[in-house]
Amino acid sequence: MGRETVLNIVLFAMLPATALIALLLDEPFIITLVTKAAILALAGVGLNIALGLGGLVSLGHAAFFGIGGYAMGILASHAQSYTPLMEVPFLIEGTKSMLIIWGVAITASALAALAIGALSLRTTGVYFIMITLAFGQMLYYFAISWPAYGGEDGLSIYIRNDFPGLNTLDPIQFFAIAFGVLTVVLFMAARIARAPFGLALSAARQNAERVETVGLAPFRLRLVAFVISGAVTGLAGALFADLNRFVSPTMFSWQTSGEIMVFIILGGVGRLFGPVAGAALFILLEHLLGGLSDYWHVYLGLLLLLVVLFARGGMIGTLAGREVAHD
Amino acid sequence: MTDAVLNLSHLHKSFGALKATDDVSLTLMPGEIHALIGPNGAGKSTLIKQIAGGLRSDSGTVEFAGRDVTPLGTVARARAGLGRTFQISSLAMEYTVLQNAVLGALGQEGGVMRFFRPVMKDRALVDRALAALERVGLVDQATKRTADLSHGQRRLLEVAVALTLAPKVFLMDEPMAGLGASGSKRLTGFLDDLRAEAPILLVEHDMDAVFALADRISVLVYGRVIATGTAEEIRRDPMVREAYLGSEDAA
Repeated sequence: MGRETVLNIVLFAMLPATALIALLLDEPFIITLVTKAAILALAGVGLNIALGLGGLVSLGHAAFFGIGGYAMGILASHAQSYTPLMEVPFLIEGTKSMLIIWGVAITASALAALAIGALSLRTTGVYFIMITLAFGQMLYYFAISWPAYGGEDGLSIYIRNDFPGLNTLDPIQFFAIAFGVLTVVLFMAARIARAPFGLALSAARQNAERVETVGLAPFRLRLVAFVISGAVTGLAGALFADLNRFVSPTMFSWQTSGEIMVFIILGGVGRLFGPVAGAALFILLEHLLGGLSDYWHVYLGLLLLLVVLFARGGMIGTLAGREVAHD
Repeated sequence: MTDAVLNLSHLHKSFGALKATDDVSLTLMPGEIHALIGPNGAGKSTLIKQIAGGLRSDSGTVEFAGRDVTPLGTVARARAGLGRTFQISSLAMEYTVLQNAVLGALGQEGGVMRFFRPVMKDRALVDRALAALERVGLVDQATKRTADLSHGQRRLLEVAVALTLAPKVFLMDEPMAGLGASGSKRLTGFLDDLRAEAPILLVEHDMDAVFALADRISVLVYGRVIATGTAEEIRRDPMVREAYLGSEDAA
């Protein structure tokens, strides 16, 4: 077993272990923090498919995070006010079912990623960063100026949505849901990385000319990666909204895009568990340093600087060494 | 006369006032090695890009196995059966040697939109990749990172990836460069046999290899083909001697 595998297992076990200890110590707030880390890690796993595997530096993933969040907010707010979403040409009611909400969040963010990706992926490098940022900002201002769903104030959902057989208001049970989703998505991300698609996508990042020469179109590979990536981040957005029982345009802000990217850079770009390590560290710092000073982001910035300058592989890279080419 | 596998007719390409490709027509017949030689700056690289699809021609057509591929890009031309190797190795450097070859096999066999089964456990792809590595003598290096290969080994890997594509035509841009005398000799022998599988359009600076291998040679100077003929004809051609071989006096 390689060092990275051991590290991944430790990181993976750390989340439920912390949650269980918090449960024993009767610290629901800690459980909520761990849940938040798991959900943010999920958003990072989504971005990492585009950024790590595909080399697509998207600064607009808040778009999908927000779409997932608003999918939850809109459906649940209609359900709690007993007003249908629309009646013509056919009736669509709101819902409090988490599973349906996830389905809508994934579909909506995948479609958005398809449209945004189809346009953005015609550019590369800094232009790609800028155009994805622009799309994110478009959605941010759209959400702010959409009075039907709270505008700047956002939407509050009074009761967490339902999951069959579980009491979602119990922190540890909601944690189990979030962690379960993270586990499934991590498993899928690991499979994708090693599948034919992953081989070709990662090759297109390393050398697009090579991929074209063997008769594969980098654009198609990247677009599919972007859609998968957006869908996962959208699912994370729906869970994040459910965690807070609140949705606001902040989910669409470019700071959110930046934070998701920070998880990946802290943890290790392209490493399967990079976003998990990064998000956990981020939440830890936010909790510890945030208690000391409102300006704790200064220290985060310093840490980020150190990682970028001296530890390019992030936490995983520093602890486990260079990634081995898997075969 | 059998039909040409690759048929370039009246290709033009200008960059501003510079005519990089000036009315180039040439053919590649089944089973032959057609060498393209010319001094530096003659427009060989430009012509190769026009053939491979990376650069759009101003006018003229590229026909491939009887089909006009002029409007197609690199990907479609590769799919149509064009196997290209690069002058400066163009490989996925983080990958192992085997992974690069598997990428070629994947391009050839299709099915890239598969998301679940590990590609390196796909027996058909790996076998095809290993067979290609075996042929160029890289099978011992299969698990090595491509970035750790020597320059010459990378050139051989380029050839191996082209082999996995089972192309109808090979387009090889200076495959001998950096191989050294013995490596160059070995590859010469290999290409000699390879022409029976698919014809080769060979751009090469190594004149020993060119004269040993080529059924026909075309000489490109300032974007124009000034002569096409057998090795013997090219050696004797006064224009070629003046423009290109002049100082070498290679007879």
